[in-house]
Amino acid sequence: MSADPVLSLASPDKGGPAQPLLSVTGLRKHFALPGGWLKRHAAKVRAVDDVSFTVAKGETLGVVGESGCGKSTTARLIARLIEPDAGEILFDGEAIGEQSGLALKDFRRSLQMVFQDSYASLNPRMPTAEAVAYGPQVHGMSALAARQRAHELLDRVGLAPSVFAQRYPHELSGGQRQRVNIARALAFEPRLLLLDESVAALDKSVQAQVLNLLQELKAERQLTYLFISHDLHVVHYLADRVMVMYLGIVVETGPVEALYRAPRHPYTKALLSAVPSLDPARRTQKSPLSGDPPNPINPPSGCRFRDRCPRAEARCASEVPQLRQTTPGHWAACHFDDRVA
Amino acid sequence: MTRPVLSVQNLSVQFNGERTVNAVCDLSFDLAAGEALALLGESGSGKSVTLRTLLRLHNPRRTRISGHIEVAGQKVLELDGRDLQRYRGGVVSMVFQEAGSAFDPVYTVGQQIAEFVRAHEPVDAAAARARALEMLERVQIPQAKRRLDAYPHELSGGMRQRAMIALALACRPQLLLADEPTTALDATVQIQILLLLRELQRETGMAVIFVTHDIGAAVEVADRVAVMYAGRIVEDREVGALMAAPGHPYSAGLLAATVGAEHRGQPLTTIAGAPPDLASASPGCAFAPRCTQASARCDEQQPPLVRSGLEALACWHPVNLETAVDRCLPSEKPHAR
Repeated sequence: MSADPVLSLASPDKGGPAQPLLSVTGLRKHFALPGGWLKRHAAKVRAVDDVSFTVAKGETLGVVGESGCGKSTTARLIARLIEPDAGEILFDGEAIGEQSGLALKDFRRSLQMVFQDSYASLNPRMPTAEAVAYGPQVHGMSALAARQRAHELLDRVGLAPSVFAQRYPHELSGGQRQRVNIARALAFEPRLLLLDESVAALDKSVQAQVLNLLQELKAERQLTYLFISHDLHVVHYLADRVMVMYLGIVVETGPVEALYRAPRHPYTKALLSAVPSLDPARRTQKSPLSGDPPNPINPPSGCRFRDRCPRAEARCASEVPQLRQTTPGHWAACHFDDRVA
Repeated sequence: MTRPVLSVQNLSVQFNGERTVNAVCDLSFDLAAGEALALLGESGSGKSVTLRTLLRLHNPRRTRISGHIEVAGQKVLELDGRDLQRYRGGVVSMVFQEAGSAFDPVYTVGQQIAEFVRAHEPVDAAAARARALEMLERVQIPQAKRRLDAYPHELSGGMRQRAMIALALACRPQLLLADEPTTALDATVQIQILLLLRELQRETGMAVIFVTHDIGAAVEVADRVAVMYAGRIVEDREVGALMAAPGHPYSAGLLAATVGAEHRGQPLTTIAGAPPDLASASPGCAFAPRCTQASARCDEQQPPLVRSGLEALACWHPVNLETAVDRCLPSEKPHAR
């Protein structure tokens, strides 16, 4: 399908399988809040604070955390929808938007996003086939070729073009709209898909259909996923590796099985045990955490989790725990990691 | 069993507008005092419409309601004026999904609870405020005295939901309706609210109807689960029995489509297709077009909800036959589509 010269892969594989597709180092974004005397002491929301991680080629990295932990901001920073304050993003070894690196336009073609709100992310005045064909056309594909590709993609995501190509977003169900969004993201033959709560708004029976579709597409097109979700079941099902965020920082990251079986950070533990058990005989008896996630404007000193942590000690208030690797590939940022393990 | 707190019989709700939508069809169920029922279903299944009908919140000019609803001896559909006001909040109370938009932003939480108490009971301002404080403590809001004078926007999402539960319970209703009370909350906060609801229910002995699309949340709080599809109850059973062996193909599909760790690496079982359009009713079972068990009979005849003991099921070809109400005639084999 990539015979079209205009839309041949924007960035072909360069570093081989050993080089991570996406490598993020020291990513930071603070949002200034209005206020303060002459705006000198304006408060800042520390949405993402020094986040580093890599995503290997062909891998699905699941990002979990509660609202306000910075997972969506991280995705938007990677896609350059907002500019980071600091940090480096390498895509297949290349810096983005710099002179010797990958042009931002090419990068955006290699990376696409699918958002939670399937309705808000589609133009209400554009029929589905046109919505899918629009991007490639802007990037120079002929209208005819773009339309043909759109029909192929709609067919691939399970929407027969003869029925759905001329429908408007309001004439589709939520699941169908999310399929259109996926088809549109695939129109650029991207290598990385950022899925930001893409299945969260769907009904359970439809969610399973979309998850299956995502799995098939990934195998078929050698895609790499960054999958952001608050649903730990879905992440467990889909992800190869999991990154847990809390108040703008990464508290734990590791292979999915190891992390779910033996979480090392007390926050990960609490998060996992807050999931309803689906077994009426084993109902949750005690809530693992009390209170809501604190405000990212003024995170606690030292370990940011300490004021909700059952094991917090004096040391947690003064020293910021660093991410440490305990078993290969499994990192956690807790002073008591050795003892927890 | 004693006389039920709530009895719904043949309830149908129809919205008239550009199109006529049959949101709820022929719904019948009872609820005993102290019982917790979960209405489980996907969007458009009529679960929220049912709750709103119980409080008579629909615009009467665009809604046609038929059937009977009886709560604690009162005929709800005949209530009017002062009686209806006393009924709402006094006998039956509701907790909404969006606590943020359910509170009035320009009054403090304490003022709103106190106002609610004074609307229902002949008490003075000081007593009403004392009751508000007592309620906030009851729902375990830390520093309740300070929060009494807080505006809704000053509270976090979980705290607002607690305040809303405090408001709903301030006049000791006999029946609490909870419409997706934890859907907008984070997992660690959701479990706190679910545990709180369970505890309050045990303390007060009230009956609870809990609307949710999340099976996990239903299992945490409910004694009984009624699965809804296209405006009808398709299965109504004790929660353990339903989880172990769902009888309706839709319930079974819903359970199978719920993602768990054991599914890793294999495709999920799905229910093909999408929920039906409620404006174009078919004479048969609404689930038939998506059902793997469906036969010609399913397209023609609506399966009635048949109760036997504590269970109810509306299906011509139930699955898990050894435990379900067996009504599949041997001569009639389901054919695959």
